[in-house]
Amino acid sequence: MRIGVYVCHCGGNISEIVDISKVVSFAEKQPDVVLVKDNPHMCSEVGQKLVIDDIKEHKLDKIVIAACSPQFQGPTFMSTLEKAGLSPYVLEMANIREQCAWPHFDFPEEATKKANNLTNAAIAKVRLDEPLGKKTMPIGRRVLVIGGGIAGIQAALDLGDAGFKVYLVEKEPTIGGKMSKLSRTFPTEDCAACILSPKMADVLANPNITLLTYSEVENIQGYLGNYEITVKKNPTYVDPDKCTCCDDCTEVCPVVVPNEFEEGLTSRKAIYLPSPIAVPHSYVLDEQACLGIFPLACGKCQEVCDPGAINFDVYPEEIKFTVDTIIVATGYDIFDATQKSVYGFGKYANVITALDMERMIVHASEGNPIRPMGKRIAFIQCVGSRDEQVENENCSRICCMYATKLSQLLKRSDPTRDVYVFYTDLRAYGKGFEEYYKRAQRTGVKFIRGRVAELIEDSQTRKLTLRVEDTLTRQIIESEFDLVVLSVGLRPNEGTDRIANLLRLAKSPDGFLQEAHPKFRPVDTLTDGVFLAGTVQGPKDIPDTVAQASAASARATRLMNRGEYDVEPVMAFVHEESCDGCGLCVEQCPTNAISLSSRDANSDKSLSPKVAKINEALCKGCGSCIAYCPKDALDLHCYSNDQLLAQIKAVLADKKNGEVRVLVFADDMTTYRLADNVGVAKMSYSLNSRIIRVPSGSRVTPKLMLQAFAEGADGIFIGECEEKSSPYPHSVSTIKSNISKVTHILKEEGIDEKRLRFVQFVTVMLGGFVNNINSLSDFTIKSGPIPAQKRKRLGENINERLFK
Amino acid sequence: MIKKLVISSKNVDFLNKINELSGETITLCDQCGTCSGSCPMVSEMDITPSQMMRMVQLGQMEVMDTKAMWICASCFACTVRCPRGLDLAKVAEALRQVKLREAIDHIDIKKIPEDEVRRLPQIALVSSFRKFTG
Repeated sequence: MRIGVYVCHCGGNISEIVDISKVVSFAEKQPDVVLVKDNPHMCSEVGQKLVIDDIKEHKLDKIVIAACSPQFQGPTFMSTLEKAGLSPYVLEMANIREQCAWPHFDFPEEATKKANNLTNAAIAKVRLDEPLGKKTMPIGRRVLVIGGGIAGIQAALDLGDAGFKVYLVEKEPTIGGKMSKLSRTFPTEDCAACILSPKMADVLANPNITLLTYSEVENIQGYLGNYEITVKKNPTYVDPDKCTCCDDCTEVCPVVVPNEFEEGLTSRKAIYLPSPIAVPHSYVLDEQACLGIFPLACGKCQEVCDPGAINFDVYPEEIKFTVDTIIVATGYDIFDATQKSVYGFGKYANVITALDMERMIVHASEGNPIRPMGKRIAFIQCVGSRDEQVENENCSRICCMYATKLSQLLKRSDPTRDVYVFYTDLRAYGKGFEEYYKRAQRTGVKFIRGRVAELIEDSQTRKLTLRVEDTLTRQIIESEFDLVVLSVGLRPNEGTDRIANLLRLAKSPDGFLQEAHPKFRPVDTLTDGVFLAGTVQGPKDIPDTVAQASAASARATRLMNRGEYDVEPVMAFVHEESCDGCGLCVEQCPTNAISLSSRDANSDKSLSPKVAKINEALCKGCGSCIAYCPKDALDLHCYSNDQLLAQIKAVLADKKNGEVRVLVFADDMTTYRLADNVGVAKMSYSLNSRIIRVPSGSRVTPKLMLQAFAEGADGIFIGECEEKSSPYPHSVSTIKSNISKVTHILKEEGIDEKRLRFVQFVTVMLGGFVNNINSLSDFTIKSGPIPAQKRKRLGENINERLFK
Repeated sequence: MIKKLVISSKNVDFLNKINELSGETITLCDQCGTCSGSCPMVSEMDITPSQMMRMVQLGQMEVMDTKAMWICASCFACTVRCPRGLDLAKVAEALRQVKLREAIDHIDIKKIPEDEVRRLPQIALVSSFRKFTG
């Protein structure tokens, strides 16, 4: 082994505090180190060339760079090694800037000693680094889009046009979603059906899109690049290629049921056209409403069908296919206004929802009004939104604008109407929205700031008396209206819940599906290859929905376009000769990446017949499984048991008698970055702390913690990101379980369990990090180092104690 | 006449006192007016319930001179309907408590003519000392 060590001055950032010459001479003394150099700027062209030339000239096979944080220039130096022909994974960085020189700028001597310590730990780790290659996994060009509303349609078209194979699954007999029910869209007052229809036709015409309507996703198995989908396609009993929409069948059908497309305001027959702009454009037989198909009770529709499109001998179809990525676009439901009993929806004839009003306006504008609207119309805002009494805190975003739209459409079509909008805030945030609101005010719609308290119906006239405070004039208004429209909010729907369970997708506090990161990954989920588009992620209007749908298809394209995608080789692996096939690990893996399978035919016969195997496509590299193996057979590439123990020993090696040391296991994504941020802010914390990077806090097994105490740690701190933002499912519960196992043993040995702490951080909690580390450090100083006798006992018979 | 609004530390202290007494975070009120719309006694009040909340939010101690908190029937309609989940009945009670704790009698018995005092039932006299609802 020939290790090369480079110490960076970082243009003074490090060298002004840490004595570089001392770090160099310390590193020169370490075994296996054949070359130590220092440089003002290691990351510069000059610095990198130095490393490349040295690797070639001195045949170096492992590199340590003591400089800034690996989060900062790690990728730079990894490609430096690649350029020199080495694996990028035989590099270790000692973080002597953000986590040494900067937080300890007042203590140069101590900082130098700590820099030596950290460099030593990096050398210890690099000795055991494996020359791993960058891993890629293959991926195809197939996408499943769940939901055929405007979001699903847009995503399907973007991907289909780009040449990907798309399966678009929609549970209704037609695509189009809620947008097809709207009259006009704000702020342009475009006719919704008119702008939607061409897109719906494009879906049908696109050769890359397979449209499955009246279908539901029953099951999803697998992972990125290999999602196995099972879809149940329900029979419509009408052949869409033969149906001419002549309407003869509806005339003879004896069954009358409410028409869902019209929100139940009109009726339909059991055989019906799902919507005026239905795609596929064909009649459909509703099996639930029909008098009977098996056995056939009526059959009149088939008798009168000239093209012979109706066939009762069809059955639900199970369709199976495999895709590489999935886009979830299952949309929303409107708030069930019966929950707001003060408004009497469902009891009072003249109280309707905004969606009812949309249909009424469509029919009225075609000259077929469904029902009289009267002259005095009131809109009540925030129904089911911003309301703790129905447990929906969120704002539904579009209701202010749709009420502004409906109110002015009503006023302009009949100026003798008196139209009021009762609001708490008027949220006209988007492009053209404020101008559209002004237009409503100009048209004569009256906006009154007050949240309507209750509606009282006159039992004779069925008119409604509305009670509200005009908060701007502090007057109580009791006023009668012919029609009251409830501006209902948006809620997650049943379909969303089902898909979320199938894919194990997280939900936000408001019940909608959660994005991976609210700012930087708004359409990703924490499940690889699964994206969100449209109102499934939260209430939004049509422009935002279309933008998100295109964003989701771009993210899917990004993964699929190269035919392969990159993965870090931080994966679990099995020391097969130690594994006894007990299977305890299998149920513990949060991503089901471990399975038991039979050993190779030419394996040692004295070993167990079954051995654990890791599916690298599923393994996230969290290391949770390792804690559950009584035989130390499970391990993690890049953060192996031996490597972590070597690092622990190295950072405790120079501890003097009476001194205390606190080990901080910092999860890569959050705590390690947080510690870097603390350094950047030049905030100080305890000098006796030593930070060790782990992929997730769940990597820190009970055994490692006990070994750390045994080697000389007086306090151990585990930092992890909050569960809801973690890419590692169940990491927090794993950490807590690991800690409780250690606490149990600490108690048995009479060691204060307060020496072991766990905190969940976010990367901006700078003060929180400092306070927590200092608090543990102060505690260990006050309590003193762990007595040598007890320390020795912690290191003995660890597996026996943990797995008894 | 323009009234100048001053929010000094005295006003903030008053708000904090009402917050503590009532256990409600009064700055959560977004002035939607649901409480006033629901109140069965609002037509008898000099200020509306939401106005009372507003004055407390701004720490305006003039609210202690208003009659609304005494007209309150404690029917809890406001509490049950508040979209922010605030318990206005508690806030009204907190304000009443502050007034009562001043221990200032509403009527001064020394100012009532002696023969009236003799004729009036004692219970009527005592109960009217702190009767603010009239």
